Amino acid sequence: MTTPVLSVRGMTVEIPTRRGVLRPVDNVSFDIAEGEILGVVGESGAGKSMTGNAVIGLLDPPARIVSGEVLLKGEAVHTAKGEKLRRIRGKRMGMIFQDPLTSLNPLLTVGEQLSETILEHLPVSQSEAEKRAIAALDEVGIPAAAQRIDSYPHEFSGGMRQRVVIALALCAEPDLVIADEPTTALDVSVQAQIIALLKRLCRDKGVAVMLVTHDMGVIAEAADRVAVMYAGRMAELGPVREVLTRARHPYTAGLMGSTPLASQGQKRLRQIPGAMPRLEHLPDGCAFHPRCDRAEARCRQNPAPDLTACEGRAACWFPLPAQSEKEEVSA
Amino acid sequence: MSALIEVENLTRVFDVSKPWLNRVIERLPKALLTAVSDVSFGIEENSVYALVGESGSGKSTIGKIIVGLVPPSSGKVEIDGVDLATEPEGARRAAVRENVQMIFQDPYASLNPRWKVRDIIAEPVSARGGDTEGLAERLLEQVGLSAQDAGKYPHEFSGGQRQRICIARALASNPRIIVCDEPTSALDVSVQSQVLNLMSDLREELGLTYLFISHDLTVVRHMADKVGVLYLGTLVEEAPRDTLYADPKHPYTQMLFEAAPRMDAFGRDIDPPKGEIPDAINPPPGCAFHPRCPIAVDRCRKERPRLREVGKTRVACHLAE
Amino acid sequence: MAETDMPSDAPIRPPSRIKRAWESDLAWSFRHTPVAMISAFVVTLLVLAALLAPLIAPHNPFDPATLNLMNGFTPPGEANAFTGDSFLMGTDDQGRDVFSTILYGMRISLFVGFSAVLLALVIGVVLGLLAGYLGGWTETIIMRVADVQLTFPAILVAMLIFGIAKGITPPEYRDQMAIWVLILAIGLSDWVQFARVVRGATLVEKSREYVQAARLIGRSPFSIMIRHILPNVLNPVLVIATISLALAIIAEATLSFLGVGAPPTKPSLGTLIRIGQEFMFSGEWWILFFPALTLLALALSINLLGDWLRDALNPKLR
Repeated sequence: MTTPVLSVRGMTVEIPTRRGVLRPVDNVSFDIAEGEILGVVGESGAGKSMTGNAVIGLLDPPARIVSGEVLLKGEAVHTAKGEKLRRIRGKRMGMIFQDPLTSLNPLLTVGEQLSETILEHLPVSQSEAEKRAIAALDEVGIPAAAQRIDSYPHEFSGGMRQRVVIALALCAEPDLVIADEPTTALDVSVQAQIIALLKRLCRDKGVAVMLVTHDMGVIAEAADRVAVMYAGRMAELGPVREVLTRARHPYTAGLMGSTPLASQGQKRLRQIPGAMPRLEHLPDGCAFHPRCDRAEARCRQNPAPDLTACEGRAACWFPLPAQSEKEEVSA
Repeated sequence: MSALIEVENLTRVFDVSKPWLNRVIERLPKALLTAVSDVSFGIEENSVYALVGESGSGKSTIGKIIVGLVPPSSGKVEIDGVDLATEPEGARRAAVRENVQMIFQDPYASLNPRWKVRDIIAEPVSARGGDTEGLAERLLEQVGLSAQDAGKYPHEFSGGQRQRICIARALASNPRIIVCDEPTSALDVSVQSQVLNLMSDLREELGLTYLFISHDLTVVRHMADKVGVLYLGTLVEEAPRDTLYADPKHPYTQMLFEAAPRMDAFGRDIDPPKGEIPDAINPPPGCAFHPRCPIAVDRCRKERPRLREVGKTRVACHLAE
Repeated sequence: MAETDMPSDAPIRPPSRIKRAWESDLAWSFRHTPVAMISAFVVTLLVLAALLAPLIAPHNPFDPATLNLMNGFTPPGEANAFTGDSFLMGTDDQGRDVFSTILYGMRISLFVGFSAVLLALVIGVVLGLLAGYLGGWTETIIMRVADVQLTFPAILVAMLIFGIAKGITPPEYRDQMAIWVLILAIGLSDWVQFARVVRGATLVEKSREYVQAARLIGRSPFSIMIRHILPNVLNPVLVIATISLALAIIAEATLSFLGVGAPPTKPSLGTLIRIGQEFMFSGEWWILFFPALTLLALALSINLLGDWLRDALNPKLR
């Protein structure tokens, strides 16, 4: 098997505060292969954005990676500092944020921002960089790219701006793109456009994508594999179809069951009782046990098993049984 | 059957011009934004009417007009036969106001952080000098929280719990109608279902009528009895829920259903919809949707379609049948 | 409906008010910022000294009966050649104990400072709330007046107000009125920054949904401003008030130094510095030095306290 583009091994992020050390990301491991889209899904406070920021080295101090490693094509990036980190971040990893307006510099034209990034990371001439900038805008579906290159970010609509951000993230030909809620601020019709664009570009360019979102629908449409996070830990990891249709972890099952779509035609929605615990008040044992209907004494005493150590996909002492192929066909 | 809320030819225009001095110096014309344009519909007692649309569709503005936060530019809203904007009798106005409450989208911004939960919930009653003894405690238990929570401050609660507090406040004056402006879009999925279930239970227990404003088609499908689809301030389609979801007639509704992410659409490659929502200050002539419409004909570019009845559906499209 | 988001049934006794205050973020930050603690200590010490001046001061510098002209120009710590009296910080030309005049002077400086800030705060907060909440012409008028006032240095505005007030008070009341005129002058020259900050914060709060909810309930604009918005804009006001206090004390000193402030019969720190600088070059340095040092310590520690407060109340820096 070839080396994955991104390989995260046992990564733990801690934030020391006066009320004790918080652990927003706890012993998280996953790989992303070339051209693959890994969806990272979870509710607010699950640590999904923090995971993305840790991978790309954008943690705000005092948060820091205290253990584990982040390997980009086999090279350790979690120890990179200063100039080296900057090179890796700009050239080999790109980032797409939720709000396209704040991730663009309002005082520079989009052309200037694109060619600046290209010049910084690729050995090309000024005129070549400009040509590539136009090509990049064209590629993300901005009409009349050669004219729009001299426009400022505020002259674009929300959807077009997010396209510019995608062009910017991809123009230095990175190996990995981290997209943090890239469509959350957009309308449904524009969201569909952006997802389609992201999928097409990554497939064509062989870029690995980490797609962080809370929207199960977006994950279902875009991701190849999905990682479900709960209270800083990886609850379940597997191919998207299997995780979403035959969840093994009770949390994933509850999450899927509580969407209005799943309870269609029923008077009441299924619900998971309670809410995600705050990091300051994590329960003992498995963090999910107070909300879990399968919880037993073992779950209250022992932390959930490590995802890599347990058989199957779910970090759970009592995972839901795997359904047979037959059932799948009838469903 | 006469409706509890009757909205007739409602229009709201916002003046979004630059300040007077800038306009004079830069020779700019006044910029007027038509947020709601000639919208009419009725809501039956004890039903859930949902307004769906994307940003700029005017759905929130309609909600605010109905509760009286924003006055209409023209047209009227009659609640129980009383028009808040023109009713001369103060007592009747006050009575209607008490009957209409609202739940907002952001449970973090809709509770005053300096107030105790008890005072927040009781405010609709205490502001009128009513008796609030035990009121907050009773309402807290009704929305699934504990009476002891009354002495706490909003920051001690999670998003879902705050939304429950908002619901408790809305219930304090015994309203008949609650306008819910995206009540769950700031909440996580697992919490969203708790809040939606609570709202369904309360509706049954108290015989409430909801105007449910949302952009989430799956939530609307679960909650609504009747759905109105808005595009750029205009009502383009209205139908009973099952009719609409089974057979959307307006091309915009069809596009919306097609584009919405689906839980079962693994790796689906759809042909994404074309274009974006146009600028509401200079909307396209004729049918506002025609630049993005796959089936638009010449007539659509010139003549604005009127709502007409096709079966159980009211639809504003020249070509729908 | 039985499920709640978190188990909230457990009867947890809320901790007492004092314990809560001690454990609050603000108190924690205070305990972990040495600069803040030192500044607070200095300010407390100086304010207490000023308040208790009649008890602490060895002499009453304003009671001519206790003064002995022979004690004039005694250097600090040394015994007077004629009377044998010795003074901690020496004496001035009239034989007044410098230490005692500083204690009494600080009373006036602090009184003027606090009162002026209070005046500026009330005017600024009221006008800021009105401008921010009502908008329209109210806002335009208030904020344009503020803009115009900002184009003059505050001290100039204060001198102007002082001059006008002095012109209209009868001469026999001038000395008595001087302090009040001073407060009015400094207060009126300082409201603008309160108004600007409160207006900005009001605009933010106004757009929040809890204000809309209050409107929906049928509260009057006045009641919304007082009960809902005001408590939520007080944090920045507190910060500005602290920093303004230091500025007001300096402004008072400047005016008094220029001779348009507190009269020599009721000298503030500024008046003392003005008197002292006359003797600067004839060798009697202590008459200037000790009042100036006190003013510096007072203004600096209040300022440092304000800086800390600003950082501690800013959620972004926490």
